[in-house]
Amino acid sequence: MVAPLIEIKDISFEYEQTKALENISMSVQEGDFLAILGPNGSGKSTLLKIMLGLIKPTKGSIKLFGVDSKQFKNREWVGYVSQKSNSFNSGFPATVEEVVAGGLAKKSGLFRRLPKSAREDVKEALEAVGMEAFIDRSVSELSGGQQQRVFIARALVAKPKVLILDEPTVGIDHQNVQSFYNMLASLNRDKKITLVLVTHDVDTVTDRITHVACLNQTIHFHGFKEQLHTMSDEQREAWYGHSVRKIHHVGGSHSHA
Amino acid sequence: MLEAIFSYEFLQNAFGAGLIIGVIAPLLGVFIVVRRLSLIADALSHVTLAGIAGSLYLSQSAAVFASLNPLFLGIFASVGGSVLIERLRSLYKHYEELAIPIILSAGIGFGAIFISLAQGFSNDLFGYLFGSVSAVSREDFLIVAGIAIVVLLFIRLFFKELFVLSFDDEYAKASGLPAKWVHFLFMIVTALVIAGSMRIVGILLVSSLMTIPVATAMRVSKSFKQTIFLSILFGELSVITGLFTAFYFNLAPGGTIVVTSIFLLLVVIGYKKAAVSRKKGAIA
Ligand SMILES: Nc1ncnc2c1ncn2[C@@H]1O[C@H](COP(=O)(O)OP(=O)(O)OP(=O)(O)O)[C@@H](O)[C@H]1O
Ligand SMILES: [Mg+2]
Repeated sequence: MVAPLIEIKDISFEYEQTKALENISMSVQEGDFLAILGPNGSGKSTLLKIMLGLIKPTKGSIKLFGVDSKQFKNREWVGYVSQKSNSFNSGFPATVEEVVAGGLAKKSGLFRRLPKSAREDVKEALEAVGMEAFIDRSVSELSGGQQQRVFIARALVAKPKVLILDEPTVGIDHQNVQSFYNMLASLNRDKKITLVLVTHDVDTVTDRITHVACLNQTIHFHGFKEQLHTMSDEQREAWYGHSVRKIHHVGGSHSHA
Repeated sequence: MLEAIFSYEFLQNAFGAGLIIGVIAPLLGVFIVVRRLSLIADALSHVTLAGIAGSLYLSQSAAVFASLNPLFLGIFASVGGSVLIERLRSLYKHYEELAIPIILSAGIGFGAIFISLAQGFSNDLFGYLFGSVSAVSREDFLIVAGIAIVVLLFIRLFFKELFVLSFDDEYAKASGLPAKWVHFLFMIVTALVIAGSMRIVGILLVSSLMTIPVATAMRVSKSFKQTIFLSILFGELSVITGLFTAFYFNLAPGGTIVVTSIFLLLVVIGYKKAAVSRKKGAIA
């Protein structure tokens, strides 16, 4: 069997005071569409940041494409859309084209200018998110949802093999959430892009994903979405606390909750 | 009148250095402004003052330093200060801005001590504080030209990394760009530009040449490249106008350059306001 694209072994992570992750082991295979689910503060973003090499685990190891994360050089294979607006510098004087082209920076190599073909790539990525008409607009004049799509285009432009998305649909309206997930599903199906998605839109994604991970400091479930119903009520409660909403329909015949 | 300028060497030096600074200060300033580091530029300029005052004091008290260009120690102090600021910023993760007043006061503190130790350079000092048309030596000019080459090379080599880093530093790191290194080099280059600009605009006004033209450009520009282009244009206009008025009316060029740049800012803000209300009027 080919090495998993992402392989996490026994990882723990603590912020200065808070323990965020404990003994996490999981792997993502090529072609997976994995949804990571869990309540607020359960460590989802932290886990993604570890996958991206933004933070180093206190314990454990992580391999990307079979290579230890510390040695992994081909970060352009991994696209990233962060949880909205935490790091983006609002009011920044740049056009949509310039921002999306930033996604090509790593791929085109150090000390080099962006290639002539960049504008074509940017157009293509913007078309994928339905924003091609905005290519010459200033990013700071777009609505929050439109900006979010621009960031998704930026993640797509370098044609990554894996796309890691942290609550990408926050701020996108209901109808566009549907078409956004359709777009992700087609990237997964047609372009064979592996997807790791953190989301609270459980009902909307279930039809499109292949795998589910239930996270709350530790992994409470990880596997094909069809097997999610094997989780016992106790396990569910341990994962999501008392207010857990049953999601037995995941993978079932229901199309609507 | 132009002939007069080109017949005096000191004027050649001042205008040559001024024209160069009019490009590199706003160019780097664009990144400083969008990264919200304007106050760091201020802190570094005060550290440069300490280096210069230290050098002037040393040249009085030790013969070996008598002919040393004070700019060198100024550059040294500025670069050292930028490294220290980075250190402090990572030490106070949640109060990053604390590094700025700490370094700024350290700069003024040492500066004040050296100034009071050394005697009788109030004339020189005035030039270093507010800039000077007459005090720019050929050596100063060559140092500024050298700094400009470093700056242009740096921007040319790391433009896309700098852009991504400025827009969204977490994304820069996640996409595997050498964000830490680029940022470190950026701080060093900023320190160089501050020390270099100081001869013309003066320590107290260096940061304004890095920020006001950018503030002006941002009012009207649509893209990042355009912001850079307009910042340099406004910077250059301010420097040229400022140097001419300083020369003819015997004023400190730091003052005339900065006042010109403020004037340009007001004109652009006014123009923008008028354009917007005209548009609204047309719709109504
Ligand atoms: N920068 C930080 N410094 C200290 N603690 C943090 C930091 N970021 C997150 N934490 C803590 O780590 C835990 C996990 O946070 P994380 O952001 O990974 O949760 P999450 O599952 O993404 O939540 P959400 O659904 O709200 O996005 C939380 O208890 C949080 O308070
Ligand atoms: Mg999160």
